[in-house]
Amino acid sequence: MALKMVKGSIDRMFDKNLQDLVRGIRNHKEDEAKYISQCIDEIKQELKQDNIAVKANAVCKLTYLQMLGYDISWAAFNIIEVMSASKFTFKRIGYLAASQCFHEGTDVIMLTTNQIRKDLSSPSQYDTGVALTGLSCFVTPDLARDLANDIMTLMSHTKPYIRKKAVLIMYKVFLKYPESLRPAFPRLKEKLEDPDPGVQSAAVNVICELARRNPKNYLSLAPLFFKLMTSSTNNWVLIKIIKLFGALTPLEPRLGKKLIEPLTNLIHSTSAMSLLYECVNTVIAVLISLSSGMPNHSASIQLCVQKLRILIEDSDQNLKYLGLLAMSKILRTHPKSVQAHKDLVLQCLDDKDESIRLRALDLLYGMVSKKNLMEIVKKLMTHVDKAEGTTYRDELLTKIIDICSQSNYQHITNFEWYISILVELTRLEGTRHGHLIAAQMLDVAIRVKAIRRFAVSQMSALLDSAHLVASSTQRSGICEVLYAAAWICGEFSEHLQEPQQTLEAMLRPKVTTLPGHIQAVYVQNVVKLYAAILQQKEQAADAQAAQEVTQLLVERLPQFVQSADLEAQERASCILQLVKHVQKLQARDVPVAEEVSALFAGELNPVAPKAQKKVPVPEGLDLDAWINEPLSDSESEDEKPKAIFHDEEPRHAKQRPPEADEQELARRREARKQEQANNPFYIKSSPSPQKRYQDAPGVDHIPVVQIDLSVPLKVPGMPMSDQYVKLEEERRHRQRLEKDKRKRKKRERERRGARRHTSLHTESDEDITPAQRVDIVTEEMPENALPSDEDDKDPNDPYRALDIDLDKPLADSEKLPVQKHRDTETSKSPERQDVTVVEKKSKKPKKKEKKQKEKEREKKKKKEAEKGVDLDFWLSTTPPAATPAPLPPGFLQEEPGVNAAVTAPKEEPRGEEQDAGEDAEQDLEKPSEQKKKKHKKDKGERSKDKKRPKKRAPPREGDAEPVQNGALREEPLPPMSSYSLLAENSYIKMTYDVQGSLQKDSQVTVSMVLENQSSSFLKNMELNVLDSLNARLARPEGSSVHDGVPVPFQLPPGISNEAQFVFTIQSIVTAQKLKGTLSFIAKNDEGSTHEKLDFKLHFTCTSYLVTTPCYSDAFAKLLESGDLSMSSVKVDGISMSFQNLLAKICFHHHFSVVERVDSCASMYSRSIQGHHVCLLVKKGEKSVSVDGKCSDSTLLSNVLEEMKETLAKC
Amino acid sequence: MIKFFLMVNKQGQTRLSKYYEHVEINKRTLLETEVIKSCLSRSNEQCSFIEYKDFKLIYRQYAALFIVVGVNDTENEMAIYEFIHNFVEVLDDYFSRVSELDVSFFSAVNQVFHSAWQRTG
Repeated sequence: MALKMVKGSIDRMFDKNLQDLVRGIRNHKEDEAKYISQCIDEIKQELKQDNIAVKANAVCKLTYLQMLGYDISWAAFNIIEVMSASKFTFKRIGYLAASQCFHEGTDVIMLTTNQIRKDLSSPSQYDTGVALTGLSCFVTPDLARDLANDIMTLMSHTKPYIRKKAVLIMYKVFLKYPESLRPAFPRLKEKLEDPDPGVQSAAVNVICELARRNPKNYLSLAPLFFKLMTSSTNNWVLIKIIKLFGALTPLEPRLGKKLIEPLTNLIHSTSAMSLLYECVNTVIAVLISLSSGMPNHSASIQLCVQKLRILIEDSDQNLKYLGLLAMSKILRTHPKSVQAHKDLVLQCLDDKDESIRLRALDLLYGMVSKKNLMEIVKKLMTHVDKAEGTTYRDELLTKIIDICSQSNYQHITNFEWYISILVELTRLEGTRHGHLIAAQMLDVAIRVKAIRRFAVSQMSALLDSAHLVASSTQRSGICEVLYAAAWICGEFSEHLQEPQQTLEAMLRPKVTTLPGHIQAVYVQNVVKLYAAILQQKEQAADAQAAQEVTQLLVERLPQFVQSADLEAQERASCILQLVKHVQKLQARDVPVAEEVSALFAGELNPVAPKAQKKVPVPEGLDLDAWINEPLSDSESEDEKPKAIFHDEEPRHAKQRPPEADEQELARRREARKQEQANNPFYIKSSPSPQKRYQDAPGVDHIPVVQIDLSVPLKVPGMPMSDQYVKLEEERRHRQRLEKDKRKRKKRERERRGARRHTSLHTESDEDITPAQRVDIVTEEMPENALPSDEDDKDPNDPYRALDIDLDKPLADSEKLPVQKHRDTETSKSPERQDVTVVEKKSKKPKKKEKKQKEKEREKKKKKEAEKGVDLDFWLSTTPPAATPAPLPPGFLQEEPGVNAAVTAPKEEPRGEEQDAGEDAEQDLEKPSEQKKKKHKKDKGERSKDKKRPKKRAPPREGDAEPVQNGALREEPLPPMSSYSLLAENSYIKMTYDVQGSLQKDSQVTVSMVLENQSSSFLKNMELNVLDSLNARLARPEGSSVHDGVPVPFQLPPGISNEAQFVFTIQSIVTAQKLKGTLSFIAKNDEGSTHEKLDFKLHFTCTSYLVTTPCYSDAFAKLLESGDLSMSSVKVDGISMSFQNLLAKICFHHHFSVVERVDSCASMYSRSIQGHHVCLLVKKGEKSVSVDGKCSDSTLLSNVLEEMKETLAKC
Repeated sequence: MIKFFLMVNKQGQTRLSKYYEHVEINKRTLLETEVIKSCLSRSNEQCSFIEYKDFKLIYRQYAALFIVVGVNDTENEMAIYEFIHNFVEVLDDYFSRVSELDVSFFSAVNQVFHSAWQRTG
């Protein structure tokens, strides 16, 4: 063994460490990849060795390689090995590697749960810290669920270092496991007032992030944050708080009013640009929220705009950028105040920096008016010419179109100008936005009738020069413009000067190089043109010319028939046949022009893109009801091909008038419902794949024919091409809609608003198409269709899950799951844990639950009212400086968690309930007898507790306890503390608690709370004990048994802190006492004195027990095994409820309940050396008997003796 | 919210990277190259904020080393900008005149990093 170790360390000398690796990579610049693959091979060898140091070194190197972009996921298991190393330096490497490469998909991650839990509860704060840091990077929903409670406990750790980290990681936990938010929130809130600024800042950060997503739940925290804002001097914290207020103000305008003053003060006083920027941002948010009701905040707006102007004029480009960014926010609500700075914005357009130019462009959008539009666009056009990069040029292009088309072309006075601008834009090569220009052209040409003549002439010119466009920019999007040009020339061919010339232009061979959909439009519009020419010629009685045109078509159309695009091909062949037919008729001198132009009679009206979707559902139409009974599942698979027809049907049917009258329909519906109710195979609300197809409107009006299910729905003999026709028809329809209206989407909506309220754009009104079309749009867009569509929301947004009402009192079922003391009443095996929690809930005594619920409801109402009043009160007090001090008492009551935490922190979630419960009691008709008794008892218990010396929150165990056993409780428990007085003098008070840990047998940790009771400063504290044979204090390495252990902190007057000492115990079967001394130097104004305080540490047998969960099946097996010795005690005169009694035993003696039946319960615990202790607790009228079984009889009798003492106090 | 933190030199070699959202390893390399490319293409006269895809890059250059932070649009750009400098000052203090070489031997930087960046979450 020794040899092996020596060999190992020699090996290690030749291993590369990280430094060597980095150096090596630097030295192998030419063949880096080869060198690294060689290194990885070495690392793989190193990972195979047993020596943890070698492994850690290897993982360390891997971490570096991972950063360079090499995949190291294959080493995940080795990383976990290194994570579980006991030495901190190795552990740190492991966690670092894990945080770099683990993610939710890493499958070995589930192996880490216990390791992380162990590290979290490690006595060394650095172990805990590194585990927290690592966990924050790779927490998964499972880890979050399992560890939420451990982390929550760490939020009240004595070390701010740990508290800070724990608070921060809670944010990640909330994201992954939203259920944890409510139970953890009271404590998180508490941390806002933590004495340590780091922890405070962390809590502000977390709440700020949470609140920005779901602000309404955090409105009640506003007073607290306001207090922080006015008192804090930390800019980082201030920024976060101010950001948070920015999110809250839209919900509560009165809050905004209150904020304006302190914020403007900050704006004036601060020198930090980041803070200034944040303040301005929030003031803007406030002003936006106020803009509706309060017009007289122009001073604040002016201040903001002025400050921003200073930023924009600054030579620092960063400030310039931010200034413009913030300015664009003001623009949205207060365009007037920004418009004054047009000069500045135009100046920024010439800036060297693209980002700044882009921001300036954003601003321009709001600055245009009828007067300056042409001027601004002209300037932009010159920029387009100068623009070097295509991205910026494209951005300019979209901005020009945006600016011109905004609010329904409000600012355009001359559409001829606009058309020529659009035509000019088509000269841009390589732009992606051809379709945008095309959409604009179509839109303007269709909607502004007066401009059609001009538009057509421009478009025909475009078509004429098409060879240029087509040849040079085939790959780019600009040829999309031809789509619009062809359509406009065809549709409005009556305005064409030289239709024949345009026709020829459209039939050029070059055209076939265009994309398919454009060719298709060409073909279609060629016929329109043809019809127009034909008519013209026939009217002129020029048969010769008419025949020539037909001949031209017959010659040229075949080139489209060969097109690769199906659409173009199909249209071309149809039309070719048509033209050939016309040719025949022409040969016989039959006049055909009338008939051909009849093909294209009538005008096409634009329809809003969402119109179809927003058609209101007619009254009495139930879209979710089946038309026919659902097909059986087996058939739904081969449903696919049929679906096409199925889908199509309702669409056509819609136009058909309803054939049945209302009564008939109602009758049928009734009958169907009846049938559904009776049909056992009818699945009422489950979404089935078929349902979707039947969701089209109007289906109820189709007379329902019962379909024989044995006959397949597919109609035999129907040719496949029909599908194409129908699909194509639909696609064409959709495409046209999309193409035409994509850009108009937004405008259409705005126009509706504008039309309804005012007629702002008077002169454009007469230009734009008659009201009839607008009517169609308003008709098809029902009133109740809000512009903020539900489909804009992302259903996958993780923050949606965190939208939780935090003011509701906590229900039992919401407690965090705790692995250790899971309630096991009904559980048999660990796999069923989750199920049992649910079962448990439903198993609760119904009556009580009901009452509780009633009470809760009552209380909730009260609470809500209270809250409203409080916030109102707070908001109505006008002088902001005075607010932090006179917080209304009601407001404080809102946080009983905080208050309770001082005396009984373990009661946190319940204390609230209890207090409120007392208030609510008189509201209830029948307050239960038992309840009343309980309260009295609680009060007694509490006062007793107060006598006991403990001012501090007992950490860890104490906090975790109520939650652990919480599932079992139906009523509030008296506060308990495991801390007991150790010694006390005029200087210092010592309380302590002893806890064993299962990780290291024969070791117990003594947590000692030292409280300075004097006005002196206590320092150089040192603790020493006289070791016995059986128990020894663990001292730092190298110190002798007589040396004391220094206490790692000093105590200013009135402060308390906790220190932990580890003791090694040989035999744990008997209790024992150790004498010890605490020495310290007390320093005050008069000088310093050396003081001592003697104490006697009492190690009870109970303190060697560690709460361990046990399942009833395992428990039964244990009892059956028969190697346990037995003993029992009986205590009389007990009036406490069994519930509380059990909780007391659980808490003070570290037991967990295995099973409970009425007034009898089995309990289990385990000693640090692995003794099993099983108890059967029975409650009689006034007495309690405890039967115990244990692997060691002495231990058992001692434990029972101690238990007797505890019970006697009950 | 900070999405990632990068220290990259002018040659495009990553010296330190920290991601707060999981990104595939090969996408990381791609992202890093693109990020450094867009940083390098900017001159001193341009501002330190780049709009990149759906987030913002905030960068600062120290000699040949770029520090780039990717944030979402709710973050205060200026605060991050100031914070980068804060971080560099801490490094400078720790290594007494920090250089790229110090950063490339990176383990200590990671420690400093963790403690410094914790506050901004």
